Amino acid sequence: MHIFKFFKRLYSSSKTNPKICIVGGGPAGFYAAQHLIKKLKNVQVDIYEKLPVPFGLVRFGVAPDHPEVKNVINTFSKTAESEQVNFIGNVNVGEDVSIKQLKDAYHIVLLTYGADKSKTFGIPGENLKNVISARNIVGWYNGTPWNSNLDMDLSGESVAVLGQGNVAIDVARILLSPIDELSKTDITQHALEKLSNSKIKKVYLIGRRGPLQAAFTIKELREMLKLKNCNTVWRKDDFSGVSELVSSLARPKKRISELMLNSLNQMGTSGSKTFYPIFFRSPLEILGDQVVEKILLGVNRLEGTDFLSSKAVMTEKREEIPCNLVITSIGYKSHQIDKDIPFDNSKGVAINENSKIEKGFYTSGWLATGPTGVILTTMGNAFGTANLILNDIEKEGLAVTLKPGFEEIEKILKVKNTQLVLWKDWLKIDKYEKLKGKHVGKPREKIIDVQEMLKVAS
Amino acid sequence: MALNNILRNTLQGFSKISYKSSARVFSTSIPQLNKKEVEITFVRASGERIKTKGKVGDSLLDVVVNNDVDLDGFGACEGTLTCSTCHLIFSKKVFDSLPEKATDEELDMLDLAYELKDTSRLGCQIILSEKLDGLEVKVPATINDQRSS
Ligand SMILES: Cc1cc2nc3c(=O)[nH]c(=O)nc-3n(C[C@H](O)[C@H](O)[C@H](O)COP(=O)(O)OP(=O)(O)OC[C@H]3O[C@@H](n4cnc5c(N)ncnc54)[C@H](O)[C@@H]3O)c2cc1C
Ligand code: FES
Repeated sequence: MHIFKFFKRLYSSSKTNPKICIVGGGPAGFYAAQHLIKKLKNVQVDIYEKLPVPFGLVRFGVAPDHPEVKNVINTFSKTAESEQVNFIGNVNVGEDVSIKQLKDAYHIVLLTYGADKSKTFGIPGENLKNVISARNIVGWYNGTPWNSNLDMDLSGESVAVLGQGNVAIDVARILLSPIDELSKTDITQHALEKLSNSKIKKVYLIGRRGPLQAAFTIKELREMLKLKNCNTVWRKDDFSGVSELVSSLARPKKRISELMLNSLNQMGTSGSKTFYPIFFRSPLEILGDQVVEKILLGVNRLEGTDFLSSKAVMTEKREEIPCNLVITSIGYKSHQIDKDIPFDNSKGVAINENSKIEKGFYTSGWLATGPTGVILTTMGNAFGTANLILNDIEKEGLAVTLKPGFEEIEKILKVKNTQLVLWKDWLKIDKYEKLKGKHVGKPREKIIDVQEMLKVAS
Repeated sequence: MALNNILRNTLQGFSKISYKSSARVFSTSIPQLNKKEVEITFVRASGERIKTKGKVGDSLLDVVVNNDVDLDGFGACEGTLTCSTCHLIFSKKVFDSLPEKATDEELDMLDLAYELKDTSRLGCQIILSEKLDGLEVKVPATINDQRSS
């Protein structure tokens, strides 16, 4: 090549195709990729995913009885099938390949590897048998490979769920749902078998603050109220003062408060199972001799004039609730997968300012924002991050030198003998799972074991 | 039209699970070639107007999908009342004239939408009639619009 041409190629931004690496194939990764390829026709996006299967918490988080939510998969698949996008599964970034290696090979690295650890209360008794995090139960019924052998005993009557977010409600609903409703979903076979022998009759959903501060959303609450064979029983005292406030609330708060008050006034007794939301209680200790027997709660009152920001303050009063299973559900948190990621361990997020970690290095989704919000929130965040990257490519000249991209990473992975699962290989797994599901009347029977996924993909 | 059919087929193949009864799901019917067309204008937060056409009987989500209207992330759950990405804001007059009022389930999803207004509805639940010819609807700014500099 003529030397002048060579330099021109090396330094002219218009000639270089930006190569972007995304770490984590969940909603944040797919939505960011979608936006990047839509806005920039010469960009190449490679999505590296730890598991041989894509979609993150859409596959492993969203409840099996919410199949409609999973329709986002169709859009993600369209993105993955674009010529500008490569999906590269079964690559554990931080182990199989380092952040440094990715930064060297790509113009831009975007981290979207989510939040896959749980927060704990740090109270005595959390290590007793049958104290389990909601995250592990979700993983168990949704087929997360490392949760398939979850040691959980469902032979007792009562369950205390600590936390009142949508994940807490999801778990409560799955434990209280009629088994023939669940058997039509893509819930794992091992969960279905165990749930069909479950003796659970009562589920308590315990929160620190009051009904006006409840973290669950109205759709999830309405679903609980409509659940077959299950009554919702509230504590009248928890609602003192609420009805006086209702008319002054903004529409969303108003509607959910009214729904609770209506339900409070029409509590039934017909079903054989009961859902007990309990407010103003903080767990102090989980008690039992090796196995959970009861939970000790501190009684709270609220302090502060504005009800949204009011704080729970514990009084001297205590309450004990007998239970056979305790489920902790106070949120997910992320972890540092590589030493080159600036990380805030107390918040459990990658340190970033509006998605930016440093020049050419970004983060989005739950890793960046913390584990809150729904797919809609993650989508908005990912589009925002993509816009920022597009601006910076121009403004900061992020893609002026030539970079090898996947070519280089492939070499590294080859030395390590990593079996790559590309999009076409995932489609084999997808087909296999759907076919297997068809035989048992489910939309899909998920493969649980990573080795089996790899076998089907090969 | 073609795109919509592909989408429908994938949807049907994708899952045989019945959607929430109150949700008007995608599958309106087979192509209705002789249905009357009405004119719809989507107005972005920036003021930009996107003029397009839809068939009587289609939902506003169908209109966006069939015409490839460029609205980021619109219709993520494909009309199954589980996402609120199809949030649209109507004029008071049109809002009041809509024959079917929002169900509890639609209002539940709207409560999660950004920039909720008294005249907000979910586009996937609004079915075109001849009366809606010339309709103008506002597309709320999504958070990405606000963040992009
Ligand atoms: C139990 C539960 C239920 C939910 N239900 C709903 C719902 O009904 N509706 C709704 O709108 N939202 C729901 N959400 C929220 C929704 O799942 C999140 O908003 C969204 O998944 C966040 O996307 P993300 O891409 O940031 O993270 P994730 O979805 O967690 O994706 C991260 C991806 O990165 C991969 N990864 C991790 N480590 C590595 C590594 N070292 N190398 C490479 N890849 C890696 C993971 O395997 C995963 O695929 C739910 C969340 C939970 C936890
Ligand atoms: S498309 Fe999801 S609610 Fe309308």
